[in-house]
Amino acid sequence: MGTYVPNTRDEQQLMLEAIGLSSMDDLFSTIPKEVRLNASLDIPKGMSEMEVSVKMRKIAGMNKVYDTVFRGCGAYRHYIPAIVKQVTSKEEFITAYTPYQAEISQGILQSIFEYQTMICELTGMQVSNASVYDGATAAAEAVIMSREKSRKKALVSATVNPMTIETIRTYLDGTDMEMAIIPEKDGLTDIEGLMSMLGDDTACVLIQQPNFYGLLEDGDAVGGILAGTDIKYIMSCNPISLGILKTPAEYGADIAVGEGQPLGIGLSFGGPYLGFMAATEKLMRRLPGRIVGETTDSQGRRAFVLTLQAREQHIRREKASSNICSNQALCAMTAAVYLAAMGREGLAQAAKLSMSKAHYLADRLCEIDGYELVYKGEFFNEFVTTVNTDADKVLDILSEHGILGGYPLDGKHKGCLLWCATEVNTREEIDNMVRILKDIK
Amino acid sequence: MSKELYFTKTHEWVRFIDETTARVGITEFAQGELGDLVFINLPEKGDEVIAGESFADVESVKAVSNVYSPVSGTVRAVNENLLDQPELVNMDAMEAWFIEVENISEKGELLTEEEYMKLIEE
Amino acid sequence: MKLLFEIGNKNRKLDLMPECDVPVADIDDKYKRKKELRLPNVSETEISRHYTKLSRRSFGVNCGFYPLGSCTMKYNPKINDEMAKLPGFADIHPLQPADTVQGCLKVYKLAEEYLCSITGMDAMDFQPAAGAHGEFTGLKLIWAYHRDRNDTGRDKIIVPDSAHGTNPASAAMAGFTVINIPSTEEGFVDVNALRNAVGEDTAGFMLTNPNTIGLFEEHIHEITSIVHEAGGLTYYDGANLNAIMGIARPGDMGFDVVHLNLHKTFSTPHGGGGPGSGPVGCKKHLIPYLPTPRIVERDGILAFDEKSDKSIGRVKSFYGNFLVVVRALAYMMTLGAEGLKNASENAVLNANYMLHMLKDTFDIPFGNGRCMHEFVISLERLKKEKSVSALDFAKTLLDCGIHPPTMYFPLIVHEALMVEPTETETRETLDEVIAFFKELYERAYNDPDSLHGTPLTTPIGRPDEVGAARNPRLRYYSD
Repeated sequence: MGTYVPNTRDEQQLMLEAIGLSSMDDLFSTIPKEVRLNASLDIPKGMSEMEVSVKMRKIAGMNKVYDTVFRGCGAYRHYIPAIVKQVTSKEEFITAYTPYQAEISQGILQSIFEYQTMICELTGMQVSNASVYDGATAAAEAVIMSREKSRKKALVSATVNPMTIETIRTYLDGTDMEMAIIPEKDGLTDIEGLMSMLGDDTACVLIQQPNFYGLLEDGDAVGGILAGTDIKYIMSCNPISLGILKTPAEYGADIAVGEGQPLGIGLSFGGPYLGFMAATEKLMRRLPGRIVGETTDSQGRRAFVLTLQAREQHIRREKASSNICSNQALCAMTAAVYLAAMGREGLAQAAKLSMSKAHYLADRLCEIDGYELVYKGEFFNEFVTTVNTDADKVLDILSEHGILGGYPLDGKHKGCLLWCATEVNTREEIDNMVRILKDIK
Repeated sequence: MSKELYFTKTHEWVRFIDETTARVGITEFAQGELGDLVFINLPEKGDEVIAGESFADVESVKAVSNVYSPVSGTVRAVNENLLDQPELVNMDAMEAWFIEVENISEKGELLTEEEYMKLIEE
Repeated sequence: MKLLFEIGNKNRKLDLMPECDVPVADIDDKYKRKKELRLPNVSETEISRHYTKLSRRSFGVNCGFYPLGSCTMKYNPKINDEMAKLPGFADIHPLQPADTVQGCLKVYKLAEEYLCSITGMDAMDFQPAAGAHGEFTGLKLIWAYHRDRNDTGRDKIIVPDSAHGTNPASAAMAGFTVINIPSTEEGFVDVNALRNAVGEDTAGFMLTNPNTIGLFEEHIHEITSIVHEAGGLTYYDGANLNAIMGIARPGDMGFDVVHLNLHKTFSTPHGGGGPGSGPVGCKKHLIPYLPTPRIVERDGILAFDEKSDKSIGRVKSFYGNFLVVVRALAYMMTLGAEGLKNASENAVLNANYMLHMLKDTFDIPFGNGRCMHEFVISLERLKKEKSVSALDFAKTLLDCGIHPPTMYFPLIVHEALMVEPTETETRETLDEVIAFFKELYERAYNDPDSLHGTPLTTPIGRPDEVGAARNPRLRYYSD
């Protein structure tokens, strides 16, 4: 059996004797007999490290790693600089606990402070928290943040990622808040529809930029409608796109949230990912989760601490606005190293490249008979096309070539594919795939 | 106009401006127990307060404490200074009023200064 | 130390991506950002050195003893990290077709099997990303169960006053009202108080066992029965599971739903505050309400099953913190049935050993000289007599190169220090720490002032937390 207990049986025996007990069993005398487990756990015997490695590798081998990925939908393959993986492999960061003891945790605290600053810069907002679980829960927490005594209705665009919408629904179910979906028109949020839904009981409006279909929303129109009202404008955004796209702050948003996975975190079969949340100064105390602040120690040295803790669950308990305890610290650090490595120019370049590859991909796909853009609006790096035959057949053939094609949509778009390209996709890859698709009868 | 000062068992003070209006704050003893205050969550003008129920809370670095209303009525004014400078409560608790209440319809269990001083001595 | 923003130079950068090999796309001006993006302008050398400096100002389990009660800071095995880095796990897109991710689905299936065996539950879901998230999910299962039976009057969750803050917070977030019940003088659930608190409006009761004092609730059967008789469900907070793996199971204690903390009991690293994983387990009657999608097996093939109209829905995107589950699975494979039990036995042995050696010096108000995997010291007397608080004591430990125990929790103990050594510490380390604690106690009595300004040898001294909260500075400003 593998073990991480360093003390040998002999040493354990000595320790038992030192405390006046004779066997391990004696340690559990306070557990009533009827609750004691009398059989072994139904788990295979423990193994040596080498055996575990072999077994886990076999399981990993059952998964297909695609050479080329043209699929996004909330999880994006971007280039991850080597320095990012190196830094986030440091044991002191990986094995540290939450930095409650500031004096020995300045490293972690400073890295979060830097992360918070970067998120503010990216989104244009004034304050950021230390991160939450992912983009979907960030959106749900933002909706809850917007609740007022007389405003409990959240309006969420139909063009927001369906998983985000579902998560918000689950979070609001059973509370006194409710959610209504703003209809879509031509793949975008129906602005007139939104206007007819606004009321004195509206807490917030949430749109996603770019939206689920990859299209660029008229964020200015929404901002214009909500300006001067008490309704919170929540924008869920793609962090890479903010290298060149207008920030939530410039649209007049009150809260910016999003999925930070594109910032240096691998696909990871969906997790762990990173939810970022940033807001105006006015909403600072409503932000859930941990926040790092700058202060000084008694000698005037710069010091970072977890601050505004009285918002949180360990102090406010049932009066906390959120139960969230952990932040995705190591993921937040990953994003910070990524943004430091990329810098302003690098991020703008990644955004431009992603957008350009996607537009080239769209142009080339549309050369094929039966492939056309479902929506004509401007898009960032994702778009929807029709397909000239069974979508599943197309994807199977691409898969044989090691290519993960566009995501097969459901419902009213059944039969269509949602494509994505990033800076990682080369012209050659795109040309090659188009060649394969052209050959499909 | 006499300004009558009363206290509660939960360490709030209430100073009556007239029969149906008063100012409310927390006592010197309370601020000492709470330590350095970092934030005060106040109600809004127009809110109803009910005698014996919490109408605000005060935050120190590591704790949150409820502040209970000595009277029932409507919030006429809120001391906005406390939002930016919660330390005013630590510096002079008896002057740092939280809210002004009007239309006072009911009083909770109120103690005189003497009774309150006796209470905190125990 | 300088921030990344304060080093570097305007034109420094890394050369990470090639030129564009396709026509450069452009968009309408109205979508472009005008606000300048001010990120650090640094070279790779500077980034590398910066984070090395930061790592030297951090304290991980690899640095020293970490007896944080209720956190289970056990050693994080490196093989687990290596497995999580395999491209076959790390480079998998979550929306790949099921037949190309049989390995990922198998990870979840095996982990579910093993954890069900350990906890006595019938199903396990891995969507929750952390313990608190798991609590929220578990409480929503309870809510969905009662709603499905039209038992809508059940809106109260009962919680002992010794509970971790996430318990009442999660309950409130799930839409319940929280009823707190007091603990007995011995630190246990007051069974009479519980009996008086349950009724037709009881949705459920939350408990950690061993409890937050580190003691096993001996009346657990009675406790769960009382709640069930009143029509409520019982929730097990798995934070303290490290004391009882292979020895007792929440499923056998009468619990309907549990959450686990993979980053505590199952050795996955804490990461400085995450990511963790908080899977939720439940008995048969709650399975229909679990988050979608569930993983099902049909003719030997694993797939996602999205069809569930009773499900509470999603609690986050995709399927949970997969790479964390990979680590936990590797851990369970390594230890096996015997090893898991051995881990708990030694966790409890190490805690009792420390308790035994310290009890003549320190006040340990609960347990009568015995404990499970953790115990609580009270420094109330020291505070009264010498004005040395738990905080002072903890901060001075930092000068000894030891991470302090958990401070001021649970709330029912004054000047509390909760100690949890875990099973991965050597006896020599325990002896060393015991000696330090005793020495420090002596010092506190003879020279109390020397504990007031500590720590003195760390990169910073005690920070001005009041200033940080009164005048929050939450980001760097270049001007």
